[in-house]
Amino acid sequence: MAQAHPILENSGFNPDKKLKIVGSSPIKHDGLDKVTGRAKFGADMFLPGMLVGKILRSPHAHAIIKSIDISAAEKLPGVKAVICRDDFPEIKAGSADGDMTRNAMAREKALYDGHPVAAVAATSESVAKAALKLIKVEYEVLPHVIDPVEAMQPDAPILHDYLRTKGVKGADKPTNVVERYELGMGDVEAGFKEADVIVEREFDTKPMHQGYIEPQGCVAATTEDGQIELWCSTQAPWVYRDRLSNILKIETAKIRIQQSEMGGGFGGKTGFYPEPIAIQLSRKAKRPVKIALTRNEVFRATGPVSGTKSRIKIGCKKDGTITAAEAELIFQTGPFTGSAFTNAPQAMFTRYALKNVKTVSYEVVSNRPKVNSFRAPCVPQVVFGVEGVIEELARKIGMDPIDFRLKNAATEGYKTIYGDVFGPIGFVETLQAAKKCDHYKSPVPAGQGRGTAAGFWFNRGGETTGTLNIGIDGSVTLILGTTDVAGSRISISMMAAEELGIPVDKVRAVMADTHSLGFNRVTAGSRTTFSTGMVIIDSARKAITELCKRAAGIWGVSPDAVTFEDGFCKPAGANVGSFEPLSIAQIAAKTMATHGAIAGHSEMNVTGAGPGFGLHIVDVAVDKETGRVDIKRYTVVEDAGKAIHRLQVEGQFQGGAVQGIGWALNEEYCYGKDGRMENPSFLDYRMPVASDVPMIDTEIVEVPNPRHPYGLRGVGEVPVVPTMAAIANAIGQCIGVRPQSLPMSPPKILKLIDDHKAKNGG
Amino acid sequence: MDVRYEAPQTLEAAVALLAGATAPAKILAGGTDVIVQMETDLIEPSLLVDIKKIPELRQITAENGGFRIGAAVPGMELMAHKALNKAWPGVLDGVKLIGSIQVRGRASIGGNLCNGSPAADSVPPLIAAGAIARIIGLKGTREVPVEQIPTGPGKTSLAKDEIIVSFFLPARPPHSGDAYQRFTPRTEMDIAVVGVGVNLTLDNGGTCTAARVALGAVAPTVLLVKECADALIGTKVDNAALEKLAAAASAACRPIDDKRGTKEYRIKIAGVLAKRTALAALEVARKN
Repeated sequence: MAQAHPILENSGFNPDKKLKIVGSSPIKHDGLDKVTGRAKFGADMFLPGMLVGKILRSPHAHAIIKSIDISAAEKLPGVKAVICRDDFPEIKAGSADGDMTRNAMAREKALYDGHPVAAVAATSESVAKAALKLIKVEYEVLPHVIDPVEAMQPDAPILHDYLRTKGVKGADKPTNVVERYELGMGDVEAGFKEADVIVEREFDTKPMHQGYIEPQGCVAATTEDGQIELWCSTQAPWVYRDRLSNILKIETAKIRIQQSEMGGGFGGKTGFYPEPIAIQLSRKAKRPVKIALTRNEVFRATGPVSGTKSRIKIGCKKDGTITAAEAELIFQTGPFTGSAFTNAPQAMFTRYALKNVKTVSYEVVSNRPKVNSFRAPCVPQVVFGVEGVIEELARKIGMDPIDFRLKNAATEGYKTIYGDVFGPIGFVETLQAAKKCDHYKSPVPAGQGRGTAAGFWFNRGGETTGTLNIGIDGSVTLILGTTDVAGSRISISMMAAEELGIPVDKVRAVMADTHSLGFNRVTAGSRTTFSTGMVIIDSARKAITELCKRAAGIWGVSPDAVTFEDGFCKPAGANVGSFEPLSIAQIAAKTMATHGAIAGHSEMNVTGAGPGFGLHIVDVAVDKETGRVDIKRYTVVEDAGKAIHRLQVEGQFQGGAVQGIGWALNEEYCYGKDGRMENPSFLDYRMPVASDVPMIDTEIVEVPNPRHPYGLRGVGEVPVVPTMAAIANAIGQCIGVRPQSLPMSPPKILKLIDDHKAKNGG
Repeated sequence: MDVRYEAPQTLEAAVALLAGATAPAKILAGGTDVIVQMETDLIEPSLLVDIKKIPELRQITAENGGFRIGAAVPGMELMAHKALNKAWPGVLDGVKLIGSIQVRGRASIGGNLCNGSPAADSVPPLIAAGAIARIIGLKGTREVPVEQIPTGPGKTSLAKDEIIVSFFLPARPPHSGDAYQRFTPRTEMDIAVVGVGVNLTLDNGGTCTAARVALGAVAPTVLLVKECADALIGTKVDNAALEKLAAAASAACRPIDDKRGTKEYRIKIAGVLAKRTALAALEVARKN
């Protein structure tokens, strides 16, 4: 094992340090471009001679592709290239790369409505569309399956003949169940015996699209000697590059990816869609090719997050102590594995100091688009159930639901189900802050219901690189790799400025292409501000060491005799001699006479992410005649560790809650009997509009993570984790029965109300 | 693949263009449906006849104590017309629910009607109001009640060469009021799961003497339901009348199960909404 990086061993976190910049809310340096429309997103790149790429998609949910005839399309004037499966290297089915290439372009079978089967590059969009109509695809339509539970049945249509269930001994028959995964601790049987009250319920949630406003867009340009430039909207330039290298069989040094500005990703841009198609079209046409997906294509063929079925059972004693928890979970993943479903059993109960837990999880393929990441992948879906059972238990034993959580809250030293031991965490502080906040202290308005729910996310680190350059005037540029999806550039600039003792306006950050820095893991899992912040702080500290050396040279003293404080190099003590402090700008002005440019660079596999916890409080009103739910008041309480840029942290809290509100209330994929999606538009896929959500109030709790120089944790995932559970709990209080199925749309809520009335004698 | 765009200045020129079209032609008013349908490849017209430059289609004028409204007048202009708002608040309820401010800056009630959607928000209140459409074509002008124009989803009774020029909303007797309400899961930017337009007139004693009730999104076309009107006429629009109205509204529904709502749900909500809309119309009538 290589030695850990010094900053990972000792971050230098000092709770008493007076901070000048970290914790404020300066205007984002990239903000003006965003509000003026100057910012360049995926589809905003234009190159001379550029062609328009369009994709032909399967109209069938499940079909063998018997033949594809592109000859007529190729002959249409203006068409410069037509490609299909034959234009992609053959890679064995069932391998990671095999799945990836098959999702990009169907090979043996079309596996969902919208699956790409061919593509055209032409001189205009209308020519490209006309050419698509000339491509003849002969399909043998097969029975399809959409629902994961139906897909698990013995007589279900099989998507992949080669698939055998991982984690089941002796599994020898073709199946749609990719994996059975068991995770547990302690003895649940003994635990349930100790319980005075046990609640067991079944839940289901639906796939939900990430709903980014910017559809995927890219431009690929290639040279005759095989070099590729790709401009695209991505959360993962290096991951895209390496995967493209694998499926297209091109060396990574010949693929240069430049990330564009990000018009929303939320996990949905961690895997590619049109990019390999644009590259292959460009290689065949020998001209740059742009593909910008339409919303229809985005809905039918990208994302969403997994839908789930779950059975959750929790027992507790009369004093509130939870004695055991058990769960059975089913995750739909689309036609290929990759749902990251093992997050769910690891995170679903984690926040409570449980000793006895048993979980069994299944991942199942079906004829829908392959799922992609979304904030806290696979966790909100199951917390929807867990926090329902938690509130039900609390009410059964007559305990305040937040007190019930406090009674069971995990604290420092708790060994989690996934093996980590918690360092300093802020769940207790979060719950206490929730109890004290104005919303929770206010009485529930007449006719409304109030619900609460808690959530957890690991937060992540991982491979990260970055560079800090000091200019001749002492201003600073940063070269960052991990995509800025939510304002990480300004937060990281703030940390650099804090380290260097200069105003944040003297710092500017650019997003690197994949040739300019070493590998950066995807922007996901709430890792970017933490991890890239870590490498830039490390880079700043390296630059400071160099600044001190240069000052020592100027003064003719030993480097050890120079210290750095508030942006100045100073003699370390009176015995060093009498020298006027030198600013960064003064030292930088002399770099030509010293040893040239001053910079810091750092790369590491960042560790030490601090887990995050949140608690949501929501008040709802329900129209009892129509079942329509109105969110009246909403508060997010969450531990940020340290809010680097307060407004951005609040924005993350609010954004997570808003996406959760959509998932909770109305977002739903409607499939026809033919397996085709019937609502691939924002008109009918009902994401909330601005007037559907109230102001989301926020309470930032700050229990520092000492492994980070400023104490930060991640804040991108936790805010969506408890949302649907909190809303369902509130609806339950309002109508007398707690919904167990998403979305909690008006027809379903009205049915619950009517059934409940009928059961209770009208 | 190429689209010919024409913007005639006169009704005659527009009719001639439509009559002479040899390939699929489409009338373009605000374009909030047509352009979107073209963008999403639902329609591929080869001729677009933009009727916004024709004066008769862009005017709101007083006529016989009522109003004549140009079919292409944008929603925001209708909303800004004070006298029209006062006389027909229910028609305006419908207009206000179309799309967003930006959409209503272009969208017109003529376009809303001719798009042929059973869920069009301005259509039930227009039908409840007894609006008469003036249609021009090669054979001249004809006057048609609005309820006779839609014939099914996306279809109208207009001939290929015909254009709706204007709508006539009649003079109002005292104690009249109209209202439109719809049900959508979202607050705005949504399509009605059910829409109800109610127009009624009371006598001096508060008894309903005339009523028209139209239901949207519950059948292939917007329905004018006589049984709903009968439930109100002769009553003081009390609870018993409202219950009868709700039952008649639910009974009239012939909805489908689709992405926007289930059959069962639409039938139930039609009744709930009919009651609520009748109460809203009643409140207006009592003030007039």
